[in-house]
Amino acid sequence: MQKKLILDTALLDITLNRLCQQLIEKHGVFEDVVMVGLQPRGIFLAELMHAKLQRLTKKKIPLGYLDATFHRDDFRRRDTPAKASETRIEFPIENKNVILVDDVLFTGRTVRAALDAMIAFGRPASVELLVLVDRKNTRDLPIEADYVGRYVNTLESQRVLVEWEAQGHKQNKIWLINKD
Amino acid sequence: MTKLSQRHLLGIKNITRQDIDLIFETAANFKEVINRPIKKVPSLRDVTIANAFFENSTRTRLSFELAEKRLSADTLNFSASTSSVKKGETLLDTINNILAMKVDMVVMRHASPGAPHFLARHIKANIVNAGDGTHEHPTQALLDGFSIHERLGEVGGKKVAIIGDILHSRVALSNIFALKKLGAEVMVCGPPTLLPRHIASLGVTVETDVKKALAWCDVANVLRIQLERQQIKYFPSLREYTLYYGITKKMLDTLKKPILLMHPGPINRGVELSSDAADSPHSLILDQVENGVAVRMAVLYLLAGAN
Repeated sequence: MQKKLILDTALLDITLNRLCQQLIEKHGVFEDVVMVGLQPRGIFLAELMHAKLQRLTKKKIPLGYLDATFHRDDFRRRDTPAKASETRIEFPIENKNVILVDDVLFTGRTVRAALDAMIAFGRPASVELLVLVDRKNTRDLPIEADYVGRYVNTLESQRVLVEWEAQGHKQNKIWLINKD
Repeated sequence: MTKLSQRHLLGIKNITRQDIDLIFETAANFKEVINRPIKKVPSLRDVTIANAFFENSTRTRLSFELAEKRLSADTLNFSASTSSVKKGETLLDTINNILAMKVDMVVMRHASPGAPHFLARHIKANIVNAGDGTHEHPTQALLDGFSIHERLGEVGGKKVAIIGDILHSRVALSNIFALKKLGAEVMVCGPPTLLPRHIASLGVTVETDVKKALAWCDVANVLRIQLERQQIKYFPSLREYTLYYGITKKMLDTLKKPILLMHPGPINRGVELSSDAADSPHSLILDQVENGVAVRMAVLYLLAGAN
């Protein structure tokens, strides 16, 4: 198994700061803006971004977790049912500007399921997508991110692995991995 | 593990501890779903489920039907009293006719113990046992276990007393299997005539004094006297049963530590439970009903999703 480092800790921090500045540029004082991290892996990025943004804007920004497992389109098409994680959105999203946060954008199917799942909580005024890694030319659906940490050219056979300190890793790092 | 070890849910006896844990985890997620503004997910939208109830039921049937609808499954309802079973059709023929209409799962209640096991050997659809005679009622035991887990943090190490008509109760048997697998201590309590003779061989303690059982336990699961299954008299009168085994709020209030009170329903108020006990803060009875939908959603989701 070959591993290649895409972003190390220092570079990742610079990227996250840049994404925060982009969000502030767009949303100003974060009036009516809420953040929603996608389970299971997008929540670590969402928590980091959320902490940075609250520090920078000195405002309380609502943060929720959304699990889209029950809205996936591959149910009964795989051998085992996908395992769900916790959904916790303790604020109304009706008429809010929602920033969906996930670590890697690949086929776009998770995001489609998440959009579907989110509607169960209300009708947002707008939805934007923020991802750390955008795997180019791998989309199955017409879905693109509004804020991207890093574009990466990958093969179908490769996998992007994001390691977070919050998950127990020594440092925040992003790897490109060749399967087999 | 994200998959159950079985294709059917026939009883708690033949599923594993891991299966129960997976069902509880999934049920917790579904409980969040049924508390959303829109309480529905599209997971089972290409699945058709037949609810075949050969025996009367209100709560289990409504609970299953709601669980199926919350998962977006198509449902067929069938009850023996209004069907051709009355005209002499066999069980296998009835079910095969339902399956010929492209049904993927069958939720079945039947008065004969083992009826769902028999079907599982002959048909391809997934089968969920919703009660087979005096044998098992697995989803009830799962929702009871889930309710204890939710309220007390875990089931392992807790003391659970099952009180009442143990002899005729499928809820008692499934609960014993589930609670033992989850590591709880189990006691059964009732009049000697309503305790199966070899029940202790399942690893439970046997008690005939309800006051001692209440003083011992953390959770009391109270069962109904199943008069419809009793062909002979097991005790002199209901009044006498209530006098010796009926639980009142006063009995609960005089205990050294607070206990939880459960009942699978339907309650015969004033017989096994007094009204003030059933409606007291000790009572977990309405939590059980809410959790029933979440647990059944989890079972249907996990069975339908495994190919």
